[in-house]
Amino acid sequence: MKKAITMEVNGASCQVEVEPWRTLLEVVREELDLTGAKLGCDIQVCGACTLLVDGKPVSACSVLAVDADGHRVTTVEGLADGDRLHPLQEAFMKHGALQCGYCTSGFLLTAKAMLDENPRPDDEQIKSYMGGSFCRCGCYQEIMQAIRSVAQA
Amino acid sequence: MAISERPLSAQDGQRLDYQAKLTGRAAYLADMKMPGVCEGAVLRSPVAHAWVRYVDASEALKVPGVVAVYTKDDVVQGTGIEPYYGPVFKDQTIVAVDKVRHVGDPVAAVAAETREAAEEAANLIVVEYEDLPPVMDVRDSVKEDAVLVHETVRIPEHGFADLAELKPIENTNVCTHFKLRKGDIEQGFAECAHVFEDTFILPTTQHVALEPHGCVAAFQPDGRVNLWSTTQNPFVVRTQLANIFKMPVSKIRIMVPYLGGGYGSKVYPKIEPLTMALAQKAKRPVRILLSREEVFYTVTKHAAFIRMKTGVKADGTFHAREAEVFLDTGAFAEIGPRVAKKSAYTAAGPYKFKHVKIDAKSVYTNKPPAGAFRGFGVSQSAWASESQTDIIAKALNRDPYELRMQNIYDEGDEFVTGEKLWSIGVKDCLEKVAKEMKWGEPPEAPADPSKVRGKGLAALIKATITPSISCAAIKLNEDGSVNVFTSTVEMGQGSDTAMAAIVADTLGISLDQVSVLGVDTDVVPYDLTTSSSRSTFHMGKALELASLDLCEQLRRFVSEEYEVPFEETRMEGGKVLFRESALDIREVLFNHFGMQGGTLVGRGEVKTSTVDPDTGDKTTSSFWFVGAGGSEVEIDKDTGRLRVLKHATAVDVGRVITPLGCQQQLVGGAITGMGQALFEQMVWDNGILVNPNLVDYVLPALGDMPDEITPIPVEVPHKNGPFGAKGIGETSLIPVAPSIANAVDDAVDVRIKDLPVTAEKIFLGMLDK
Repeated sequence: MKKAITMEVNGASCQVEVEPWRTLLEVVREELDLTGAKLGCDIQVCGACTLLVDGKPVSACSVLAVDADGHRVTTVEGLADGDRLHPLQEAFMKHGALQCGYCTSGFLLTAKAMLDENPRPDDEQIKSYMGGSFCRCGCYQEIMQAIRSVAQA
Repeated sequence: MAISERPLSAQDGQRLDYQAKLTGRAAYLADMKMPGVCEGAVLRSPVAHAWVRYVDASEALKVPGVVAVYTKDDVVQGTGIEPYYGPVFKDQTIVAVDKVRHVGDPVAAVAAETREAAEEAANLIVVEYEDLPPVMDVRDSVKEDAVLVHETVRIPEHGFADLAELKPIENTNVCTHFKLRKGDIEQGFAECAHVFEDTFILPTTQHVALEPHGCVAAFQPDGRVNLWSTTQNPFVVRTQLANIFKMPVSKIRIMVPYLGGGYGSKVYPKIEPLTMALAQKAKRPVRILLSREEVFYTVTKHAAFIRMKTGVKADGTFHAREAEVFLDTGAFAEIGPRVAKKSAYTAAGPYKFKHVKIDAKSVYTNKPPAGAFRGFGVSQSAWASESQTDIIAKALNRDPYELRMQNIYDEGDEFVTGEKLWSIGVKDCLEKVAKEMKWGEPPEAPADPSKVRGKGLAALIKATITPSISCAAIKLNEDGSVNVFTSTVEMGQGSDTAMAAIVADTLGISLDQVSVLGVDTDVVPYDLTTSSSRSTFHMGKALELASLDLCEQLRRFVSEEYEVPFEETRMEGGKVLFRESALDIREVLFNHFGMQGGTLVGRGEVKTSTVDPDTGDKTTSSFWFVGAGGSEVEIDKDTGRLRVLKHATAVDVGRVITPLGCQQQLVGGAITGMGQALFEQMVWDNGILVNPNLVDYVLPALGDMPDEITPIPVEVPHKNGPFGAKGIGETSLIPVAPSIANAVDDAVDVRIKDLPVTAEKIFLGMLDK
């Protein structure tokens, strides 16, 4: 039995019919073809599936799509303004803050939420806020540099 | 050694894959859509060791949406397939046939219209097991009365050249036993003033590439099969599939999208044989995406138990080294025999021992199969060797840096195999790391008096896979742009950019004129594997040769067209120069083809051998990785809590090809090393893995990082590398753990010999004082 839900995804209203057990991550990836967010651990630990719901980071692998009904969802595909990259994307590129790219969507969105809440975080605040995302290629130093550069801009 | 002046095509921050990856548009395997695809689910063994008496799938077949169920009956009575496979020994089957050999061993698989239906059906398959006692530790496994993991092991007809002499020892759990001998070990010890004996342990760990393994298999109406797979070595997987399914390799096409990390976890067949078998039976395309838990059952890093005995002369000269290295290869050989061999080569470290006796055993247990992991056996032997070096220094009241410098390899020194070592910047690396760590000065005193600091060093040498093959082709288009055909898998290491940069630099064109196709075995030439830190050296060289082949073709056209001797033409800055003239590539092509159009193909191949073609000398490794690492730690004396304050890593890279990629490999490898040093271990209870998830298997996060990790590329060019470059993917990981343990000992006089280095071990060690 499917349920119709309405979300604002990256600024555009969208309606989808979903089974009540499907996760937000599945629906965004499979129904909306926004595959930037990845499934990594499936238990809201690794951060690869992070999406913003009403501007706050959530682990989309562990949120039911029906619970996002009526809410605003931001994915990595919605970060750039047309061809103009978001300052965080620019900074990640400049500082080399990614290798395989599997964690990148989660890091970018989490960092955006942090900077929206607190535009001038210090290093300890960055480490604490970003602690729910793993990068296995080991780009933490470059990620730190990239986020700092945007925070201080 | 001066950093090269050569202008580089790849500027900082410029990577070919970044635009797609930063905008969420890079396609990984799980992002691809395939019409008509069935979802596959795997039923896995809940027990570590048991006979499989029967498998009944009748209830599973009744689940709506189920298309096919694959069991041992399909392997045994099935469609004329070869049931046994494996990269070294044929000890694996697509699903368990006679026994299950580890928790998570595949027993059956279901293809269904939805993942939910496939999982529901898999859970309805009835399996009767007759339990056997599991062997979970190499020390138990090598005992004479140990239960056998494999009653017999089949040897393939055509195995790897470098492993041909290694065979399983019948009626034991010893998968292979590699012996390395130099001099006379007993005489060596007799000549020493001091002899040290220690035992070191490393736990099983897992790569945790954030992207789990996956595969899609789709048979075509003409009998060919297309696979999309998360593999680091598509050509090896293709060979294995061809052997299993008795098909020519030309009918098996493997395509590899961007990988979300590999680190060794995605070499050799993983889920591909089962996906292909299921697709064959279902007569539908099938996709299997592993869960995180399943990844832990698929491949691990070898746990190790190492006995190390070292004889040292009165003046501190390292003289005799005996080591027994037991590597836990789990339920299947996988590539374990090579891991053990590589581990043996470097169990004497980067030091000039006169007498060496190394025995490296790859041992079966009832754990998930252990395979390649960044560092490939060397992080195990270096943990022992570099920890013991500091134990020796302390006992002899010598500075650990000075003692290393006294014994470390120099250019032209003789290796344990008897061959001479060339392009060995290890001394330089150690010197630079020591300088960066302000070695010789005491650590800055911490503000908090309950804390204490210490410093530690480690150095290493490692071999790359030899012999091996890399073939490459590049296509020069009518407008002077280039398409690169290479099977090097972009898994985050920046290989697409490095390869494109080598082509651009050789042809003298700009990087934005170069495109890299991606991996498709029907199109790209053969390459053995994207692993062993071999791609820049081997594939990079093949592409340099392919580019030079194009240059030669262009010069020949000009030579013929303008009647100038070939030797009087040259290629520079993307132009063919002759007499006073310069023609750009586009003009040369236009003149040759007589119109706008046509294609030139450049070819390059690199095949390495265990004999140097120039000198006839024995060559165990086509180049050597060398490097050094240094750590400064701070320890809370009340709790043992450890923080790494600083890490410096120096790697002999030969020559920097892409500065950003180089930095990322050096720093990234060190961070992976920190996970191995401080947190990671798979834990078993009665044969059951208790932490196959990312809550209980702890990974390093941003907050665990030192304030500073300093990468130091050292450039000692190699004659056979492109522009002198060597591989850099694994070196920086290896010294991390021993340098941290050495720093801990420096700080609190506690010697940790079993990884990981935890607060609890340090605390208990301090209590014992």
